[in-house]
Amino acid sequence: MSFKKTLVTAGAALSTLPSLALAQNQVNMSPGVTEIGAQIYDLHMLILIICVVIGLLVFGVMFYSIIYHRKSRGVVPSQFHESTKVEIAWTAVPFLILVAMAVPATSTLLEVYDNDEAELDILITGYQWKWRYEYLDTSGETVAFFSNLATPQEAIYNTEDKGEHYLLEVDEPLVIPVDTKVRFLVTANDVIHSWWVPEIAVKRDAIPGFINEAWSKVSEEGIYRGQCTELCGAYHGFMPIVVHAVSRQEFDSWMAAKRDEAVSELAAVGMEMSLEALMSEGEAVYNRQCVACHGAAGEGGVGKAIAGSAVALGDLNTHLDIGIKGVVGTSMQAFGNQLSDSEMAAVITYQRNAFGNNTGDVVQPADVAQHRKG
Amino acid sequence: MGAHHHGPAKGITRWLFTTNHKDIGTMYLWFSFAMFILGGAFAMVIRAELFQPGMQLVEPGFFNQMTTLHGLVMVFGAIMPSFVGLANWLIPMMIGAPDMALPRMNNWSFWILPPGFLMLASTLFMEGGAPAFGWTFYAPLSTTYAPPSVTFFIFAIHVLGMSSIMGSINIIATVMNMRAPGMSYMKLPLFVWTWLITAFLLVAVMPVLAGAVTMMLMDIHFGTSFFSAAGGGDPVLFQHIFWFFGHPEVYIIILPAFGVVSQIIPAFSRKPLFGYASMVYATASIAFLSFIVWAHHMYTVGMPVAGELYFMYATMLIAVPTGVKVFNWISTMWRGALSFETPMLFAIGFLVLFTIGGFTGLMLSIAPADFQYHDTYFVVAHFHYVMVAGAVFSMTAAVYFWLPKWTGRMYNETMGKVHFWVSFVGFNITFFPQHFVGLAGMPRRVPDYALQFADFNMMSSIGAFVYGASQILFLYNVVATIVAGAKVSDEKVWDGAEGLEWTVPTPAPYHTFEVPPKVDAAPAYI
Ligand code: HEC
Ligand code: HEM
Ligand SMILES: [Cu+2]
Ligand SMILES: [Cu+2]
Repeated sequence: MSFKKTLVTAGAALSTLPSLALAQNQVNMSPGVTEIGAQIYDLHMLILIICVVIGLLVFGVMFYSIIYHRKSRGVVPSQFHESTKVEIAWTAVPFLILVAMAVPATSTLLEVYDNDEAELDILITGYQWKWRYEYLDTSGETVAFFSNLATPQEAIYNTEDKGEHYLLEVDEPLVIPVDTKVRFLVTANDVIHSWWVPEIAVKRDAIPGFINEAWSKVSEEGIYRGQCTELCGAYHGFMPIVVHAVSRQEFDSWMAAKRDEAVSELAAVGMEMSLEALMSEGEAVYNRQCVACHGAAGEGGVGKAIAGSAVALGDLNTHLDIGIKGVVGTSMQAFGNQLSDSEMAAVITYQRNAFGNNTGDVVQPADVAQHRKG
Repeated sequence: MGAHHHGPAKGITRWLFTTNHKDIGTMYLWFSFAMFILGGAFAMVIRAELFQPGMQLVEPGFFNQMTTLHGLVMVFGAIMPSFVGLANWLIPMMIGAPDMALPRMNNWSFWILPPGFLMLASTLFMEGGAPAFGWTFYAPLSTTYAPPSVTFFIFAIHVLGMSSIMGSINIIATVMNMRAPGMSYMKLPLFVWTWLITAFLLVAVMPVLAGAVTMMLMDIHFGTSFFSAAGGGDPVLFQHIFWFFGHPEVYIIILPAFGVVSQIIPAFSRKPLFGYASMVYATASIAFLSFIVWAHHMYTVGMPVAGELYFMYATMLIAVPTGVKVFNWISTMWRGALSFETPMLFAIGFLVLFTIGGFTGLMLSIAPADFQYHDTYFVVAHFHYVMVAGAVFSMTAAVYFWLPKWTGRMYNETMGKVHFWVSFVGFNITFFPQHFVGLAGMPRRVPDYALQFADFNMMSSIGAFVYGASQILFLYNVVATIVAGAKVSDEKVWDGAEGLEWTVPTPAPYHTFEVPPKVDAAPAYI
C-alpha cells in the first residue's frame, strides 16, 4: 500500500505549485496573425487530436488489462501469442492514418516554400548576439540597422525589476507593412543563428555564407516578439526579435524618416565633439554593444579585459583597427559596419578613458573616417 | 586454468585484468551509474538556474557548458554503457555461451571508457572552459568559435567511439558464433535480437561520428575548411554528417530498451510475448528506416522542398513499426495474469511514457509544424520522454529484474515501488510542462527566459529535484541488496520468467554454460 501513500503526498506537493490558471501560462501553439500560421496551427491540432484519440484507445485497453487481468484476481493466463491477421491490421491502419496526415502537411509545406512575388525584401543577418536588418530596395538611401537587446543588465542580474517584456525587447524593432508579402533573406555573419517569430510563423536558420528564404504576410497590425532558436554561443538567450507590423502609410513614412536619418548621419562626419560628449555617447554605445563580452567595469569575460588592456593604453591605430575590423577567428567581430563614425569615435574614446585607463586621448569622428580610408 | 570451478582473482587485479563477461558487465553498469549521477548533477545546475527568470547562479557561458556536458555524459556515458553492461551480463547467459566471443577486447573496450570521460570532464577546468556548443556541436560554433578544450572533446569522442565499436563487434561475434546448439536465430530472446541489430547500427554509424570530429579537428588545426563557407566549405554539411550518425544513435539507445521490456512484460503477464516474429521484423525495419530519415532534425536549414517532403514521409513511416511494438506489448498483457513488482511497474511506465514520446515524435515529423516546434522546449520534452522514460526507465526495470539473479539476493520491494512512483511523478512534473512552454515559444538551450514561462519552469525544476532525489533511493536499494538483501536461491526468481539465464543457479556462478545447454525445440518465450 505504500505507493498509494506516496501518490497522496505527491498530489499534495503538486497542489502547492504555482497556480496553473494564470492567463500568462499559455499551453498551446498560437495560430498567430498569418494565413500560414493558422494552417500550421490547424495541422498541429489535427495531429494532436489523432494522437490523443489513438492514445486513449491504446491506454484504455492497457488499463482494462491492468485492472481486470490481474493475477491477484485469480485469473488463469491465456497462452495466445500470435495472429497474422491482427498484425496486418495494425500495420495497415496506422499507415492509412499517416497518409491522411501527409496530405494537408504536404499542401501547407508547399505554401511555406512559395517564396515568389514578394513585395518587399529584407535581409536579416545574425551576429553574436544581435540582428541586423537591411531593406533591399534600390530606390534611395539604403536603410539598415542593428537590433540589440534592450533589457538592462541590472534586470537580468536581478538588481532591478523585470519589465513586462523582459528579454523580449529591443532598441530598434523590425518594421514591416501589413497585408504585404514580405520576403526575408536570412544569413549570418559568424555562427549559425535562427530567426523565429512564432506569431508570424517564420523560423529560418541563419547560416554564414548561405542565404535562406522565407516569407510572411501579416494580416493584423501589432507587435510580435520572438527569439534566436539556434544555439549561437554564450548570449544565445539574449538576442530577441521584435517585429512591428504597421499600416502601409505608417510604413512609408517610417521609411522616409529612416532615409533622412541616414543622410544626416553622413553629414555629421566633419563635426568636432567634446570629451564629455564623446564619453557620454561612448558609455551608451559601450553598454549597448560591448558590455556583454567586456564587462560593465571593463573586466572582460567572453572578451579580454579593457581595463588596463595593452591595446586600450597603447597605440591608437591598433585600437581603432580592432574596433573597426575585429579580431578574425574570435567573437570580437568587425564593428566598422555596425557603428557610425561618431559612435566608433565615442566608444574608442570611452575605452581609452574609462575603467582607470586615463590616456586622455580624444578620438574624433573624422579620425575614424580617416582610419577607415586607410 | 586447470581447476574446474575457479573463481575470480583477488583484489584490484580481478577488475583490471578480468576477461569475465559478468565482471565486465558489472563494471559497465557501475560506471554508467556514476556517469548518470554526474550527468544528473549537471542537470540539477541547469534546473536550478532555470528555477526563476534572471541569472542567479551561473554565467550564461557556464550554463552552456552544463547543457553540453549533460547531454554528452548522459548519452555516451550513462545510457549507452549501461546497455553494453547489460549485454555483457545477459547475452552469453541467454544464448547458452560460456562468455563473450572476444574476452580480451571486452576488457579493453571497457577500460578505455573511464579515461575518455576523465578527459571530457577535465575540460571543465581548462582555460576557456568546457565545450559549450551543445551535444550536437554544430560547426562553426564548435570549430572557429570553440574554446581551446574542443580538441580534448574530439579526442574523448574518438575514445568513446572506439569503445562502442569494439563492444558491438564483440556482441555481433558472440551472437553469430556462440549460440548453444539448437539456438537458432528465430529462437533468440528479444533482448538478444535488439542488441544484435543495435550492434550493426553502432558499427555503421560510429565511424561517421569519428569522421565528423576528425573533420572538425582538421578545420581547427590544419587549415581545412570543411565546415566554413569562407573557405568553400559548408556548415550544413556538418549537420548532415552529424545526424546521419545522430538519428541511428537515438535508436541505438532505444532498441536495447525495447528488448528489455520485451523480456519483462511477458514475465509478469505470465504469458509469451505476443507476435515474436513481428517484433523482430519491426526492430529490423526501425533500424533500416533510421538510416534514411536524418534530415528531420534539419527542417529549418533551408533544404529544397523535395528533400523536405522526402524526409517528412520517411520519418512518418517510422511510426508504423513503432506502433506495432506498442500494440504487441499490450496484447501480451491482454488476458495474462498480471502482477506489479517493481520491474513490471517500470516496464509499464516505459510503455505509457515512451508512447507519449512517440506521439510527439510523430508531430515533430510533420515538417511545416516542426517550423514552430524546432529548437523549442517541445523538442526537449519529446526526447526526454523517449530517452529518460524510455531508455532509463527500461534500464531501471532491467536492474530490478535481473539483480536477484546476479546477486542471489532480493531487493526491497516496497522501496522499489516507492522509487518507481517518485520517479514517475517527478519525471512527469519535470517534462510534461515543457511541452507547454515549448508550444508557447520558449527556445531550448537558453539560460534565462521571458516572464510568461516562469511558472512552468519552476514546476519543471521542482520535478527535476524530485526525480533526481529518487535516484538516491535507487542507489541505496541496490547497495543494500548486494550487502544484506534477503537470500534467494530459486533458479527462476520470478515465476513467469523464461529463458536460459533463469536455468542457471542463483546467484549466477562466475562461469556459466561451460557445457552448452540443451535448447528446447520450442522455448516457452516464443
Ligand atoms: C561577442 C563578444 C564581444 C563583443 C560584443 C565585443 N568584443 Fe571586443 N573582444 C572580444 C574578444 C573575444 C576579444 C579578444 C580577441 C583576441 O583573442 O585577441 C576582444 C578584444 C577586444 C579588444 C582588444 C583588447 C586587448 O587587450 O587585446 C578591444 C579594444 C575590443 N575588443 C573592443 C571592443 C569594442 C569597442 C566593442 C564594442 C563596440 C567590443 N569589443 C565588443 C569579444 C567581444
Ligand atoms: C516515433 C518515433 C520518432 C519520431 C517520428 C521522432 C521524430 C523526431 C524529430 C522529427 C525530431 C526533430 C525535432 C526538431 O529538432 O525539431 C526529433 C528529435 C529528437 N528525437 Fe525523436 N523521434 C522518434 C523517436 C525517438 C526515439 C526513440 C528517441 C531516442 C530514444 C528520440 C530521440 C530524439 C532526440 C534526442 C531528439 C533531439 C535531438 C537534438 O536536437 O538534440 N526520438 N525526433
Ligand atoms: Cu542563438
Ligand atoms: Cu531523429
